[in-house]
Amino acid sequence: MKCIVCVKQVPDTSGVVAVKEDGTMDRAAMATITNHDDLAAVEAALRIKDATGCKVVVISMGPPPAEGMLRELLAMGADEAVLVSAREFGGSDTYATSQILAAAIKKVGVDSDDIVFCGRQAIDGDTAQVGPQIAEKLNLPQVSYVAEINVDGKAVTVKRLLEDGYMTIKVQTPCLLTCVKELNEARYMSVGGIMECYQKPLEVYNYETLKDDPLIDVDTIGLKGSPTNVYKSFSPPVKGAGMMMEGADKATVEKLVSILNDKHII
Amino acid sequence: MGTYNSADIAAFKDVWVFCEQRQGVMMPTSYELISEGRKLADELGVNLCGLLVGDNVEGLVKDLGGYGADKVYLCESPLLKDYTTDAYAKVVSDAVQAYKPEIMLFGASNIGRDLAPRCAARLHTGLCADCTHLDVDVAKYVEFLRESSTLDVDGTNWDMENRDLKMTRPAFGGHLMATIICPRFRPAMATVRPGVMKKNEYSEAKANAVEIVRPEVVLTDADLHTRVREIVKETRKLVDLTGADVVVSVGRGISSNIEEGIRLAQELADVLGGVVGASRAVVDNGWLPADHQVGQTGKTVHPRIYIALGISGAIQHQAGMQDSEHIIAVNKNAAAPIFQVADYGICGDLFKVVPEMIASFQAAKTQA
Repeated sequence: MKCIVCVKQVPDTSGVVAVKEDGTMDRAAMATITNHDDLAAVEAALRIKDATGCKVVVISMGPPPAEGMLRELLAMGADEAVLVSAREFGGSDTYATSQILAAAIKKVGVDSDDIVFCGRQAIDGDTAQVGPQIAEKLNLPQVSYVAEINVDGKAVTVKRLLEDGYMTIKVQTPCLLTCVKELNEARYMSVGGIMECYQKPLEVYNYETLKDDPLIDVDTIGLKGSPTNVYKSFSPPVKGAGMMMEGADKATVEKLVSILNDKHII
Repeated sequence: MGTYNSADIAAFKDVWVFCEQRQGVMMPTSYELISEGRKLADELGVNLCGLLVGDNVEGLVKDLGGYGADKVYLCESPLLKDYTTDAYAKVVSDAVQAYKPEIMLFGASNIGRDLAPRCAARLHTGLCADCTHLDVDVAKYVEFLRESSTLDVDGTNWDMENRDLKMTRPAFGGHLMATIICPRFRPAMATVRPGVMKKNEYSEAKANAVEIVRPEVVLTDADLHTRVREIVKETRKLVDLTGADVVVSVGRGISSNIEEGIRLAQELADVLGGVVGASRAVVDNGWLPADHQVGQTGKTVHPRIYIALGISGAIQHQAGMQDSEHIIAVNKNAAAPIFQVADYGICGDLFKVVPEMIASFQAAKTQA
């Protein structure tokens, strides 16, 4: 058995968000982190490894600096890492991204008792589409919004969050699960892990590695193969600063309430 | 599969809405989407159709007509009683291939966000997530930009004939808006944020005129690879943040007396007929459950009145509330970013200000 975990390196949007003059985000000026939901997926896989001794493979698609993140995941306890990186893959929307990742996962190989993990969504795109789209391309059953996992041989029982509760779902391996960050608290890298992480295998899959897969086609990857295009991007207008009330006492509050009253807001 | 929907995109007509029901009860978002879909169908001059999937749900059809659907495609089977990705994706994809809609909308619920990407991948088409604004007509889109963007719309050359669905969504926590199109494939698919689109007036005449079409449902037990063991509704009262008229939210500013802070917010919300929201800091600290959270990773709200108590106003929080009609902020720190989006600000200690607010609002209410 093995667990394959798809991970994305994302800009840390909780820090300062740098915006370029043309209104696009200045990724280069921002710190990068491992996407929160993906980290929960890695931890879930590592806990299955703790219990069963299975292998954990982490996969990320991105530019070469994403290797640093993969080394950190190896230091946490993952066994192997794959970086999917090529110019041809740039500009991909979720459809094209899932085509490429599905091809990479096929190359790693999905056995009958394997589980593929993804995060629910990445904080930079917030689409929550890549996981289900990979599942479709690999013809695997999927469960998204997973908040609890119990593995018993080939039977996997999970708790899937709904807005007003949850479902308990049973699914057989091989399957794909997308995890929410509430699933667990990710472990830290161990000192031993950091020492070992550079000895662990990290393979780079480029265009040459994957090009023979039927999923990899000029019509299905990169900017050209993406069904969706950006038509316009723009910044919302900056709202003029509102009215600061003077003081913070009873009179101030009464003045506010009377303004709201006069404007029929209350 | 890849070529069927790009060979002749003119063959695709009509606007479809996936109408999500759970345990036989329609999700309110479905009516919002039907209402929005009506607008798009009118811009295109085509039919608006609901796609209703479930078991014994014919009784829900009439209301979909009442909010604007001309037709409802009804797919019923005992295997469709509870939502499963496998069964629903198959039925939806089969219906799309059989009837070829041009546009297809899903609610961005936990279920819509599971189903839509699976279908988009199977149908080889584009999907835009969590849209907050949709247009077909370029002139209407330009008007929207004039109000909602800093773009020089008059200095831009517009192709007024473009009939692609323009799907606008916030990106990067609301810092940037992106309008996405899917020009080469059909249907153009979108998930739409719950609570964003406005519901139409209910029309009894439209409700009675709605036409039912029953696509063939080809589904066997072997198609289902996931089994729903149980569905649990949490017993606690559901916090209807997105539907609330007034939201009173608390942030880290209540840390000196958490219980009292939440009690004051609740009391203020009660006076105004609203609900209590929270910033991520409050939820992460376990002071209030996650369904109270407003913001990028929580809920997006646009109530008539939003009151932020002790919330600094990080961009992730603003992303979830900046479209509220009237924003009132109370914060000790005059430099807090929340004051940049607030219509009215009071710089002071919430534990002193809020009791005064409760009294004043109460008094104003009794007078009126």
